[in-house]
Order: sequence, then C-alpha cells, then structure tokens
Amino acid sequence: MSTLKGFSAPIMTGVVLFGLWEGVLALFNPQGFVLPAPSEIAGALIDNWDDVFQGARITGYVVVSGLLAGIVLGVLAALLVTRFRTANETITPLAVAINAIPIIALAPIFNNWFGLTSARSNQAIVVALVFFPIFINTTRGLTLVDRSQVELMESYAASRSRISREVRIPNAMPFFFTALKLSTSLAVIAAIVAEYFGGRQDALGPLITQSAGLTRYDDAWAAVLAGTTIGVVLYIAVTVLERVVMPWHSLIRSHREET
Amino acid sequence: MNVIDIRGATKVFNPGKGNQVEALAEIDLVVEPGEFVTLIGPSGCGKSTLLRLIAALIAPTTGLVEVNAKPAEQARLDRDYGMAFQTAGLFDWRTVSKNIELPLELMGWTKGDRRRRAKEMLELVKLGEFATHHPSELSGGMQQRVAIARALSFSPALLLMDEPFGALDEMTREHMQDELLRIWKETETTVVFVTHSIPEAVYLSTRVVVMSPRPGKIASVIEVDLGERQALVRDDPAFHTKVTEVRVALRKVEE
Repeated sequence: MSTLKGFSAPIMTGVVLFGLWEGVLALFNPQGFVLPAPSEIAGALIDNWDDVFQGARITGYVVVSGLLAGIVLGVLAALLVTRFRTANETITPLAVAINAIPIIALAPIFNNWFGLTSARSNQAIVVALVFFPIFINTTRGLTLVDRSQVELMESYAASRSRISREVRIPNAMPFFFTALKLSTSLAVIAAIVAEYFGGRQDALGPLITQSAGLTRYDDAWAAVLAGTTIGVVLYIAVTVLERVVMPWHSLIRSHREET
Repeated sequence: MNVIDIRGATKVFNPGKGNQVEALAEIDLVVEPGEFVTLIGPSGCGKSTLLRLIAALIAPTTGLVEVNAKPAEQARLDRDYGMAFQTAGLFDWRTVSKNIELPLELMGWTKGDRRRRAKEMLELVKLGEFATHHPSELSGGMQQRVAIARALSFSPALLLMDEPFGALDEMTREHMQDELLRIWKETETTVVFVTHSIPEAVYLSTRVVVMSPRPGKIASVIEVDLGERQALVRDDPAFHTKVTEVRVALRKVEE
C-alpha cells in the first residue's frame, strides 16, 4: 500500500514533465534538432532496439560486475581497517590518495593497460570509482557504534568477532546501503564515460558518441535512456534489498515520521 | 562473602602523558549480598569510572577489585553481573524478546529456554505483549525496562546500573524506581547504582556513597533505612531528613 503511494507521486511528475517537454517542443522547435521530443526518442528506441539492447547488455554487464567487485573490495578493506590498526594506517591513506585522482581521467590509460577493445578497462574504472564511497561509509558504520552497546557486549565477555557480528556489522548496514545507492548512479556514469574512450564498440558509450557524431540525436537520446534505465533498475534493486536485509530500519524511519 | 571488595583502587587515565587524569584515588568499598548501594557525586567524581572498575570494563591502575571473591576480570569472564546504562543500548535490529535473549545466546542457552526466560522477564517488567516489537516502537521508559530485563535475564547476583533513569522524565522515573525496587526484592539481587539525583539515591538505596571530585574519592557513606518502600515514602519526613543529609554531604564535597 505505502509502496504504491510512494510511487504515484514520481510517476505523476514524470507524466507531467514529459507532457510539457513534448508540448513545448511541438510549439517552438518542430525540427527537434537541439532536443528531440519524447515521442521521437521513443521512435528511435524502437527503430534501433537491437543496437540499444545490445549496448545496454554490454554496459549493464560492466556496471554490475564493476559494482560488485567495488563493493567486495570496499567492504573487505573496511573490515580490515576496523579490525587491524596497521591495516588502518596503510590502507586508509592509500584509499584517500586514490580517491584524490580524477579516476575518469585514467580511462585512456586503463585502455592501454587492459586493451583498447576490452571491457576490462571500463570495469576497472567502475571498480575504482565505487570502491571509495563503499569503503569510507562502511568504515564509519563499523566504528560509529553506540559505546554502551560495545560495553554491554564486553560485560558479557563476548569475543571481538562476536561484537563485530552483533554490533558493528548491523550498525554499518544503513551506512553501507546509503553508499550503495550513491554508487549505482556513479557506476553507470563511470561505465558510459569510460566507454567513450575505449572498450567494446557495441556498448552504450560508443553508441552515444557515434550517433551524436552523425547528428542522429534521437538515437543518442535513446541510448541515454537505456543508461538511465540501468541506473533506475539498480537503484530499485538496492532499495528492495535494503528492506529485505534491514526490515528494522524502515520501521525506525516510518516510526520517526509518525512522531 | 562480600559481593564487591575494593581495596586501595586507583585509576589514572593516560598515565605519563600531557592529558593525564587522576580519576580515582584510593577507593575502599565493600558491598554485601542484597545491598542496594548508590554512588552519587558531582560530575567528574569518578562514579561511572568506579562502576566500570567493578565491571572490569577498565582495569585499576593500582589496588584490588574483587567481585564474588575473585578478581573482577574473572567475574566478568564468568558473567557474574548484569549491566544497564543511561542509554538503553538496545539493538534496533533485534526484537524486544531477542534483545533480552542476547546474553543467553552468548551463554549457549537453547532456543526454547531463551524464549521461555525472555517471556518471564518481560512479564517481570510488565511488557509481556511487546515481545515481537522492535525497540524503536517503544517509549524511552519502556526501552529502559527492556534493558533492565536484559540485564537480569541470566539471574546475575549483581546488577550494575549507570544512571539508567537519567534520560527519563520525572513521572516515568519515579515509576521506574518503584519497578526496580520491586524487582530487586523479588530477585534478591545486589545492586550498585550510579546517579546524580539525591532523592533517587535516598529512595532506592540501603546505602548512599557520596563521592568527591578531582581525584574521585569516597567522601562519606550514609546508611538509609526507610523500611518498606512505597510511593508514599517520598512524602515521609524521614525521607526528607535523609535527602537533606545527603545534600549537606554533597555540598561539603563541592566546596
């Protein structure tokens, strides 16, 4: 019920926005040169369905695999850093240094490392970009625990790993999911921009640059729409996962909204 | 046998460093079974530190802390005491019942035994119908009652409480005090209770330990015997005499 209610407002907004877009273009810019109308984009999507679908598959694979690898590495680093002081002193500065690099700028260099037409270099960009928010947020969640909860566990003579399992990891969950939501859109951006510079030529990135190069902007927009869809689907998947993994958290939120 | 035996205990934080703090100096304290001892004093008097020494959450710099006639650290490992804090410290990700079962899980109780005990404990704190709720659905007072139920779930002979009612409003607080006294009588537990409320200390305790700050020391010990406690005791002249006595002792400490 509440989910349905939660979706009705954005859907309405979308309908109104696309209606306005279509209407304004019909009035002022019938050629659709600067910005094609939603109906033209939809037409282009149907005409190029095979190419766009193939592109979405390739880019989707880069996004999801890169995201997963970034999550695993980020979480592992966070666990290491909170468990061992030496790990903290070595990994954290390194992670901060890596984050200071404009990672997307490395795309042409990664192409050189991993091969110009391989999806590997695009995946590497996604991994590098996703790693940092996951690592930092998860680390915060693992360390920003209620002091009395830890003391309580110590009063029960609980082991360190037990304290991690009972207190630190559940506490880190909301932090982790916040980072994950942020990462999904980051991953899509990273994948497509990286594809501008190299990787498989049937991915969404090349589809966009090639279409735009041929002034087929409706085709380019159709490919952008496919990229957007990947981002939205991932975001919804993460939201559903969040509810399944942390039913208590949505409870806290709904309760706070009530009071 | 004494439940708590502290002899010449001191605690210095960050010894030898610029931010060295002498938290406790030469504490001697004996607590006998069935006593309800309150530690009271201005902030910085080390009352919470003293409680943590007893709990072996921190170690004394010098001196001896024994619980149940063994070193405090051993008593902690043997899970000889239950503890409750100012923040209820409940785990949002566990139901109320599962929160109470937590120490029992750590002690390897079977699922059935845990369930049964959690149910009993919830009856004791009069929250029987909230077993499957999550803590965030409960009021502050109810959460604190769950925390007390959790501390008592494995029937420890000693209950250590660090300002457990500090965050509650006055009405809830008085109600919780009565609940605690009822539970204390029913379970025959020994209680060490930290507070900075004088009426609370007098109302609850068999003995009030007044502490002075910088460094934390025991300034005086006041015996309290108000007989059978009911809400009416709070209006009793004997109660007010004791409150005044503790207040005078505290004033001396602050000067």
